[in-house]
Amino acid sequence: MENVLTIVTFLPLLAAIILMVFLRGDDAAAQRNAKILALVATLATFLVSIAIYTEFNPAVTDFQLVEEYEWFGGLTYKMGVDGISVLFVLLTTFLMPIVIGSCWAVTERVKEYMIMFLLLETLMIAVFCALDLVLFYVVFEAGLIPMFLIVGIWGGKDRIYAAFKFFLYTLLGSVLMLVAMLMMWFDAGTTDIPTLLNHEFSYETMTIMGISIVGGLQTLMFLAFFASFAVKLPMWPVHTWLPDAHVQAPTAGSVVLAAILLKMGGYGFLRFSLPMFPVATELLADFVMTLSVIAIIYTSLVAMMQEDMKKLIAYSSVAHMGFVTIGIFAVNQQGLDGAIFQMLSHGFISGALFLGVGVIYDRMHTRDIDAYGGLVVRMPAYALVFMLFTMANVGLPGTSGFVGEFLTLTAAFQANTWVAFGATTGVILSAGYALWLYRRVIFGDMIKASLMTITDMNTRERMMMAPLVIMTVLLGIYPSLVLDVIGPSVSALVEQVETATMHLGTETVTKVASH
Amino acid sequence: MISNDLNTVLPEIILAVYAMVALMFAVYTGKDRTASMLTWLTAAVLAGLGAWIATRPEGAATAFNGAFIDDGFSRYAKVVMLWASAIMLLLSQDYLRRNNMHKFEYPILISLAVVGMMMMVSAGDLMALYMGLELQSLSLYVIAAFRRDSLKSTEAGLKYFVLGALSSGMLLYGASFVYGYTGTTNFAGIASTVGEEGLGLGMLFGLVFLCVGMAFKISAAPFHMWTPDVYEGSPTPVTAFFATAPKMAAAGLFARVMHDAFGGAGADWTQIIAFLSLVSMFLGAVAAIGQTNIKRLMAYSSIAHMGFALMGLAAGTKEGVTALLIYMAIYVVMNIGTFAFILNMEKDGRAVTDIRSLGLYSKIAPGRAAALAVLMFSLAGIPPLVGFIGKLYVLKAAVAADMAWLAIAGVIASVIGAFYYLRIIYYMYFGEETEGLDGAMPTLHYAALAISAAIMVVGIVNPFGIEGYAAMAAEALLR
Repeated sequence: MENVLTIVTFLPLLAAIILMVFLRGDDAAAQRNAKILALVATLATFLVSIAIYTEFNPAVTDFQLVEEYEWFGGLTYKMGVDGISVLFVLLTTFLMPIVIGSCWAVTERVKEYMIMFLLLETLMIAVFCALDLVLFYVVFEAGLIPMFLIVGIWGGKDRIYAAFKFFLYTLLGSVLMLVAMLMMWFDAGTTDIPTLLNHEFSYETMTIMGISIVGGLQTLMFLAFFASFAVKLPMWPVHTWLPDAHVQAPTAGSVVLAAILLKMGGYGFLRFSLPMFPVATELLADFVMTLSVIAIIYTSLVAMMQEDMKKLIAYSSVAHMGFVTIGIFAVNQQGLDGAIFQMLSHGFISGALFLGVGVIYDRMHTRDIDAYGGLVVRMPAYALVFMLFTMANVGLPGTSGFVGEFLTLTAAFQANTWVAFGATTGVILSAGYALWLYRRVIFGDMIKASLMTITDMNTRERMMMAPLVIMTVLLGIYPSLVLDVIGPSVSALVEQVETATMHLGTETVTKVASH
Repeated sequence: MISNDLNTVLPEIILAVYAMVALMFAVYTGKDRTASMLTWLTAAVLAGLGAWIATRPEGAATAFNGAFIDDGFSRYAKVVMLWASAIMLLLSQDYLRRNNMHKFEYPILISLAVVGMMMMVSAGDLMALYMGLELQSLSLYVIAAFRRDSLKSTEAGLKYFVLGALSSGMLLYGASFVYGYTGTTNFAGIASTVGEEGLGLGMLFGLVFLCVGMAFKISAAPFHMWTPDVYEGSPTPVTAFFATAPKMAAAGLFARVMHDAFGGAGADWTQIIAFLSLVSMFLGAVAAIGQTNIKRLMAYSSIAHMGFALMGLAAGTKEGVTALLIYMAIYVVMNIGTFAFILNMEKDGRAVTDIRSLGLYSKIAPGRAAALAVLMFSLAGIPPLVGFIGKLYVLKAAVAADMAWLAIAGVIASVIGAFYYLRIIYYMYFGEETEGLDGAMPTLHYAALAISAAIMVVGIVNPFGIEGYAAMAAEALLR
């Protein structure tokens, strides 16, 4: 299949259009049809996306399965994957059927709800495949529209505040990136990402309004991209939209947000910041590392004190993303391997945790930790699954969470011992908040009357959780499944950054030192 | 020679003669009973002229010793204005009829305004410029006060007239400076003087006053004060008209004067335009936040959008003019759709302008709400909607012209501005349920709304070749 990426990308959109045009009415039958169509579409997308995996050759570090068509105004519609992006595409297609499955209990405006998720899937896949700067920006940014509506229409009590905050925060970050992209377009004369990867942007020190900027254009553009990706990821201190959005979003929205949308930030660093602005990366790595360590420790402590389960998991997501940025900006093989691995594994784990919260929220309609206790008595299967994902979240060996954290910490140790020291503290803290959450929700005496009739997970919920359990354990005991695919591309990327910074290494470093 | 000249201005002559004949006809026959027929006829004439101009051969011609220029640039602007006016005229009919304002003067005044606008974008001489501008403005003053028995409407008309006269005065004052220092009113003559001797202090004064006058017409801050009041007070169809064709005309005129007459002094005027652009973008974005009246909101939105359009002009390059033209065409299409909706915001037969009345509108009319939501996202410039393409082009032009600071300021303003567009979506989709609107929507309006929303969505695949036409037009201006 030559156009496999386009097919995978636009299959969900096609389903969305079919829903939009042909599905009429809002009775139970129509709602059911909408859900079934969405489920079939996402499953079909996943099945087709397996072809990407089989046709992909990990040994080749260039972009593969490339498609290129003329767009307008000198832009191209260019799609392709390499070792860094291919697994994100698969992560998205893998998770979306589960996400749709988790919406089964929704009864309000179901058709629109399904349309939003299908649109979102198209946009998310396109983000990871886009090989044109403007195309990337368009799909990266377009994802805000469905997410804004998902949070706003189907969200909780304070959904309006959360939706606006999410939208405006992310938009502000992204528009600066847009200006930087236009500068790159102007500077290199093309928007083709593979060409830009080999284009050397100027790093001559420049002076703007009396302020001397080391690393020049590269630093400025790096910062503009950083503004976008740091908000998206999110990094401390621009993470504050995330807990709000997570708490107010419906379960399926939270899952998509945590499992896939956040990964766009990390992916952006890998695709743009590192290879295109290597000098700026070198210069600013310590700064990013510092932010990451603060993020890990601070948000872990904040997570510990949360009363709301979703908020707790949201803060733990910020902490886990801190490991990702540490790995990325260590710029070595383990670091990047670990960062990508951590992002994929966090996709499964955080997705599962939010689904887990959704399971009991559907029954009790509260996310207050205090409202629960002793669930193990009536929900043994749930307790078991939640245990697995709590442990994976902590990073227990044997789960995928361990591999990512271990690799990033190894990388951090090579780059900077203090960073590794701080980040490791975060691992301990994560054990604290995760286990304490588990203890308060699952164990203890079941004294609350309202919990006496709670039922264990039903077949649908078990079927949603099963693939995530399998993936978490599988990646935990056999990480090569991922590392073999990403390895060659990652080492090519590391090499590229190193050669770019090496031949000017001494010269720039002395310049920096003299400033 | 004369026949050549007349041939060049034939479209304008036809429209002007048509307006006069129609006036006579209506006065001597059925008066207001002919209004409906005249509206359709005028729309047909405007649309027909637009189609004719669109198919006229390429190339440039001047008439009356260079006072009138017919080139790719003016043709582009004219096609946009004529078609937008035709659509707006048809859309306004229903509202006028419901509010007992369906008078035969309306289509005639619109045709005269359009003649003025066509003259403006074709002006090759300060005299021609002023003639076109005044013909347009006088027609617009009258239709702003078209609802004679409404205090607000007459106030809007008067306000517009007084401030408009002031700005015309400034423009004339500037023109007199320019004439005094160059000895000619012809753009080509001015350009050659500027090219030879540069821009002296007197000329600079003239340039600044000209800019002020034109900034008023395009409603760029800090000369925007009339816009919210006039938008609010005028009858809605008139507001809708103001937001489309006259904006294109003013933008076209601005570009024409700057590049044709002062092309050699780009370094001087790009600063002025950049300032106007910056202030407009921020003022439009910030001042609209508190508005609940949708007409005032659209007024501030137009100020912000003009700021963006001027960013293209501020670049001072061919890409900049291309971007300006693309931006204006997209802006006009978005406004046609949005005003098709606003014209039908009604409750119990009375027009409503409060955006809070849109509470959960998506439950009442899902189709219309979805189309309006698309237009709002597009006005906010969120990809993948076509409103983003307009922004992309102007930002790119600004960056290429070494004005990255203006581009950065612009995108920040656009984020602030996104708030109030989102607020309308918020009311429609997840606000509180309110009394709500109950007006039915005529098929024509629904079609305009749906088609413009569809253009916003489909255009990202290929924006209908607009960038090619705009590039050709810009090429003609900066030949």
